[in-house]
Amino acid sequence: MDTILEMRSITKTFPGVKALDDVSLKVERGEIHALCGENGAGKSTLMKVLSGVYPIGTYEGDILYDGGVQQFKNIRDSEDRGIIIIHQELALVPLLSIAENIFLGNEISENGVINWPATFARTGELLGKVGLRENPATLVTNIGVGKQQLVEIAKALSKKVKLLILDEPTASLQENDSQKLLDLLLEFKAQGITSILISHKLNEINRVADRITIIRDGKAISTLDCHGGKVTEDDIVKDMVGRDMAHRYPERTPKIGSKLMEVRNWTVTHPLHPERQVVKNVNINVAAGEVVGIAGLMGAGRTELAMSIFGKSYGADIKGDVTIKGQSVDVSTVEKAIASGLAYVTEDRKEMGLVLDESITTNITLANLGGVAEHGVINEGAERSVAEEYRQKINIRTPSVGQKVVNLSGGNQQKVVLSKWLFAGPEVLILDEPTRGIDVGAKYEIYTIINQLAADGKGVIMISSEMSELLGMCDRIYVMNEGEIKGELAANDASQEKIMRMILKA
Amino acid sequence: MTEHSTKSVGYYLRTHVREYGMVVALVVILGFFQVLTDGVMLKPVNLTNLFLQNSYIIIMAVGMLLVIVGGHIDLSVGSVVGFVGALAAVMIVQWDMPVVVTIPVCLVVGAIIGAIQGYWVAYWRIPAFIVTLAGMLVFKGLTLALLGGASVGPFPDSFQGMSSGFLPDFFAGVIEGRFNLFSMVLGLAITIILPVLGLRQRAKQAKFADVEEPMVFFIAKHAVAGAAILFVTYLLSTYRGLPNVLIIMALLIAIFTFVTNSTTLGRRIYALGGNEKAAKLSGINTKRLTFLTFANMGMLAALAGLVFAARLNTATPKAGLAFELDVIAAVFIGGASMSGGVGKVIGAVVGALIMGVMNNGMSIIGVGIDWQQVIKGLVLLAAVIFDVYNKNKA
Repeated sequence: MDTILEMRSITKTFPGVKALDDVSLKVERGEIHALCGENGAGKSTLMKVLSGVYPIGTYEGDILYDGGVQQFKNIRDSEDRGIIIIHQELALVPLLSIAENIFLGNEISENGVINWPATFARTGELLGKVGLRENPATLVTNIGVGKQQLVEIAKALSKKVKLLILDEPTASLQENDSQKLLDLLLEFKAQGITSILISHKLNEINRVADRITIIRDGKAISTLDCHGGKVTEDDIVKDMVGRDMAHRYPERTPKIGSKLMEVRNWTVTHPLHPERQVVKNVNINVAAGEVVGIAGLMGAGRTELAMSIFGKSYGADIKGDVTIKGQSVDVSTVEKAIASGLAYVTEDRKEMGLVLDESITTNITLANLGGVAEHGVINEGAERSVAEEYRQKINIRTPSVGQKVVNLSGGNQQKVVLSKWLFAGPEVLILDEPTRGIDVGAKYEIYTIINQLAADGKGVIMISSEMSELLGMCDRIYVMNEGEIKGELAANDASQEKIMRMILKA
Repeated sequence: MTEHSTKSVGYYLRTHVREYGMVVALVVILGFFQVLTDGVMLKPVNLTNLFLQNSYIIIMAVGMLLVIVGGHIDLSVGSVVGFVGALAAVMIVQWDMPVVVTIPVCLVVGAIIGAIQGYWVAYWRIPAFIVTLAGMLVFKGLTLALLGGASVGPFPDSFQGMSSGFLPDFFAGVIEGRFNLFSMVLGLAITIILPVLGLRQRAKQAKFADVEEPMVFFIAKHAVAGAAILFVTYLLSTYRGLPNVLIIMALLIAIFTFVTNSTTLGRRIYALGGNEKAAKLSGINTKRLTFLTFANMGMLAALAGLVFAARLNTATPKAGLAFELDVIAAVFIGGASMSGGVGKVIGAVVGALIMGVMNNGMSIIGVGIDWQQVIKGLVLLAAVIFDVYNKNKA
């Protein structure tokens, strides 16, 4: 085997911060090389150096690629040499077709006139290679995130890729879409394409990676060889966080009290397609001090269920009853749902959970402004002290609560969202993908908060696509598919296989 | 994230550069024209005129700020100014209705106009640009129809007084010569009250947490503001005293500054503009808020219409033409963001004053209306470029 890429002693400094400190990385031709590290460890910076986003001269060190020292001045340079990077946030134009997206900036044309037949034919071929059965003329907005990811990969293939870099490609994908994508990577490997995979999902890395390089605080900590099956998830985690994490989920002794909330015969119709029922006759409940999980694939109707309960924020023609502590409650608006003791932490914290340009303080009090105001006048001092209290209690890492939340890391942003809902004083919290896009260390802290909530006698409903997380955290797990509750498992009885089987049973 | 202390003066200055920059810009522009006009700029009579000329823009800028912070825009305000002025003229001059009835009726009509437009924007989610563009055409047309294409006037003195009147001198005769002592005393009182209120606010904050604003800044800010208020009231007092419309403006600025800075209502409007989905999922009635910002804008446009008609002492079909552009420009010069969620009342007021001072100054030194437009356009662009540059740097 020969080396396709060697990055030698890369050091990259931003004003006041050393983002990369003497990092070396060696990638063999034809392997899948995983890059692991917490958010902010420097993985993405390293890949930006490699792909020319940070041009030659803005960093120290050498890039040896395909037999020579490279001096990339921009992305175009690296793409010309076959290095293609697919970012975490997809860079597709939603209202253009698949074919147009694949050849965007690289059109098959003569004198500026696009050759459409050739474009469509070539798109068809590329889609075949990535196993996507869609019409090349379909608009990207009309296909799911999983398929969009495949379009990105097809786009990379159109540029004669030699080294494919994927930055958390499965972060927003469901288990089965993720599996397909990983299979595709293995297929590419068989065809001789080298891949660098950045991911937080250790089981995936273990499945496909040949070698793993772990980065922590801007330094390359270790490179592990996966052949021989000696590398365990614990080995990776240990190097990532720099300490032993014997338990990925904090210990907890459940003290389950009486029934707190019950949702009965809940049915929701799609807001645009009245003939489609998104949630069908769902019955769920949660007790005080209990953590209840809802497992399922994307599109199973979990978020739709949660949002329709929370002030009818989703759907039309909603039928069913919600009772809290045996009393029937009105949840027809978000305001009333909050007043009834409900809180909903959205799966998309940037889009729907936070006002990014506002301070931590402003965000924390937003759902309960009345709690820091008198006759509609806000007491700024009281507000600040509330923010300070949660900053300490929840461990939000920031120099000041006046800091805008846009400047915080994903984990700290999520802590702000949780603080907001804790300050609203709910009885029942619905957490929708509470640890998505968060690094291992911060995940542990979020889990600890959830356990604390349960210990305080709150009811927690946790929606998650990571089955191991549900198994590690919950007392009871509902399995949902196609808008229906397919079954219910006690924690000590549940396993990934059982959940998957429940999802798949007709 | 930087490790700088958040309490340092430098940090505070950097994070608030836009707010102080605006005031500095206003002072520089004032000084610039003071020199160019050989001191005419700050003559009491010109200063009085400056306030009278810009009162209606400032009144509307306050309302427009809320609309823009909420993430929308209102293009109809110029036409509403014309329409309400016409309505007042028809009611008073042609129908002989008393002024005390006409004014509240006109304000309510303005609020209803705003409410109707707000209804379509808030509850039907029709883009405000389109709804208010339609409103602009509709009310321009209705103004013409109402006036029958001709000017209607003049108004009785009681109506004109709203715009061209001055605060009476209750202490007349205490001092010899032409000096409005009551106005001066009022100015002095405000100069004392503002820092006292500020100190109380700080004390209240300090009870819970560290005060963000460094003391040096607090003192400097109030010293400058106090000196400016005293200076302006002194100059105005040597002429005819404080204009009535200045009092109206000051009250509006005070009320809306309080609402935006210190009330849950104001906070919710910022949240709505910053991230509507997040605001909604936090239990905020975003539709009603949007609706209210437009109704409020309509009422303030009506007030501006009354002030403008009273100032001209007649209602003309051309009244209010292109006012919306000046108002919107003032708000953006004042640091508001097109995408919503950002902007301060005082910024919009300073923005309107910058525009007003430039209009006034350029007119005095004889710059033609053609080049005035060019320069104002460039100032607007420069202010927004400055914003974007600052944001990218941060």
